[in-house]
Amino acid sequence: MSSRYAGHLLVLPALGILGLLALGPILWALWLSFQRRLLIFDISRFVGLENYWIALHDPRFWQSLLNTAYFTAVSVTAEIILGMAIALLIRHSFRGRGWVRAALLVPWAIPTVVSARMWEWMYNADFGFINFLLLRSGLVSSPLNWLGDRTLALHAAILMDVWKTTPFAAFLLSAALMTIPRDLYQAAQVDGAGAWAVFRRLTLPLLRPALLVVLLFRTLDAFRVFDAIYVLTGGGPANTTETLSVYTYKTLFQTLQFGYGSTLAVLTFLCVLLTSLAYLRFLRREIAY
Amino acid sequence: MATVRLENLEKKFGAATVLSDLNLTIREGEFFTFVGPSGCGKSTLLNLIAGLDEASAGKIFFDEQVVNPLPPRERDVAMVFQSYALYPHLSVRENIAFPLRMRKTPASEIAARVQEVAGLLGIEELLGRKPRELSGGQRQRVALGRALVRKPKVFLMDEPLSNLDARLRLEMRTEIKRLHLEFPITTIYVTHDQSEALTLSDRMAVISRGIIAQCGTPQEIYAGPADLFVAQFIGTPPMNILAAELAEGCLAIGSERLPLPERASSGAGMRAAVKAGIRPEDITLEPDRRSGTLVGTLILTEPVGPEVWVKFSWRGNVLCAKAPPDYRNAPGAEVPFRFRAQKFHLFDAESGQRRGGPQS
Repeated sequence: MSSRYAGHLLVLPALGILGLLALGPILWALWLSFQRRLLIFDISRFVGLENYWIALHDPRFWQSLLNTAYFTAVSVTAEIILGMAIALLIRHSFRGRGWVRAALLVPWAIPTVVSARMWEWMYNADFGFINFLLLRSGLVSSPLNWLGDRTLALHAAILMDVWKTTPFAAFLLSAALMTIPRDLYQAAQVDGAGAWAVFRRLTLPLLRPALLVVLLFRTLDAFRVFDAIYVLTGGGPANTTETLSVYTYKTLFQTLQFGYGSTLAVLTFLCVLLTSLAYLRFLRREIAY
Repeated sequence: MATVRLENLEKKFGAATVLSDLNLTIREGEFFTFVGPSGCGKSTLLNLIAGLDEASAGKIFFDEQVVNPLPPRERDVAMVFQSYALYPHLSVRENIAFPLRMRKTPASEIAARVQEVAGLLGIEELLGRKPRELSGGQRQRVALGRALVRKPKVFLMDEPLSNLDARLRLEMRTEIKRLHLEFPITTIYVTHDQSEALTLSDRMAVISRGIIAQCGTPQEIYAGPADLFVAQFIGTPPMNILAAELAEGCLAIGSERLPLPERASSGAGMRAAVKAGIRPEDITLEPDRRSGTLVGTLILTEPVGPEVWVKFSWRGNVLCAKAPPDYRNAPGAEVPFRFRAQKFHLFDAESGQRRGGPQS
């Protein structure tokens, strides 16, 4: 037996386990998505693409897709802008920079479920800290129903997500900033660039690869958002905060529609896949300096 | 073009004084070099002149104007960095055009100037490339081009040749000298390499621990080092230094008495401890022992091509002399030699300051 065959043979168990634990369930979900399977009525039959046809005509699906897209676009944009600002601020050394950095990490370090519960209380219409502040400062005259209002609720979720994941963007961008040699800034200054020109013509282009990586990670994460919303609002009021993941979860495990739920999961997967491919095309065009 | 004048210039980082009380005038159109060992403060000095760092005290004048409060871009200087500091995301053309673009020069003029500078440096065919596709020497040329394109008041160069291999370094050294002859812009050059300083400069200043040890033309400094530090820093191989005594117009090294020319004998009858310096080329190797020769013991030889450096010991000192390229001898062999006594440089044993004028 040649060493090459031996090598293949040795990798086989690992491949087997991976196949069983990762590929298996994915294919099984795909298989389920072609079935009409309702546990409560004991129905289980192959229906081909019918579930997909239903999904395309399901207003709740479109609403949740829209919610997800809106949530993703707004939160990721805010996180990148804020993260960049923070990265630029903590680039220069100042007294207590270590403490600021450590403090920045706190939101990122807290488990999402815990911070969602925390924010839920802060948003509480009667006893919440946020309404307390707003009323005291006189910015509003009556308490806001943060989690019960149709337009406010999704934005409340976005605010919490921004609070929680801005540190991630800030840290990645701050690491990338540190790799830009000091000489380049000095050269740009001598060449006549002011602060804004240095940022636009030097810092920003050199951060592009890092920015794309942050964008990719954050978009994929935000698109699959589940725990934050599920704990904070449970998808309500009137499904205005229901994202694809929440809708899928409810369909699968609260109404036990295994077939249609799997279809929704596959559709979510397809959305994520397409976004990643688009980003990766951009990333591949980036060159290493 | 400008005259650069430093007045009582001082720079401290916290409690550490990096530069103290510098006074110096660099003339218009001059090629002036700051040379010194690493950590002596020469790069800091360049940053102060560029405006990249702030002086703790003192003034910097460009002609009659005090430039201390001006940011780099208002000082009209151009700088070449040791690392070249080319913008990695821009092409060679855009790199060279950058300073002009920052000054809102019309596009047609930018194109013409970039073309002109590229022609001058022989890098026309590289204009479309990115810095990472260039060799070290090519990057150096682009960095020079970016500095030249604007015709600044003052040119600053911070160890621009240090990252190049030996051969390219010589080539670029010639190139820099040629460019300065063609465009006699006031140039301030910083290096740790004394041979670079000697070959390039109109005048130079040797910096040691934040102060100017000596300032003058390369010839002046080579012929009459102001103190022991300069004596040992300038010249390859470095000057030989021997502990000696001045007595009755003679230089006493151990039991040897060497006659000295008039200038060095400070008051007959006085004895004084001195350090006697003699350059390797001022030690003559003799073919055999004869009257008046001293005899040392060969340690090793270093052939450098046109000559051989002979290291030998004599009365507890290690001396270096230069011999013709065909010099052959085995370690341990006798080395008969003679000092050209009138070429001795004498330094005060305690202060290290030079005694007497430059030798003839």
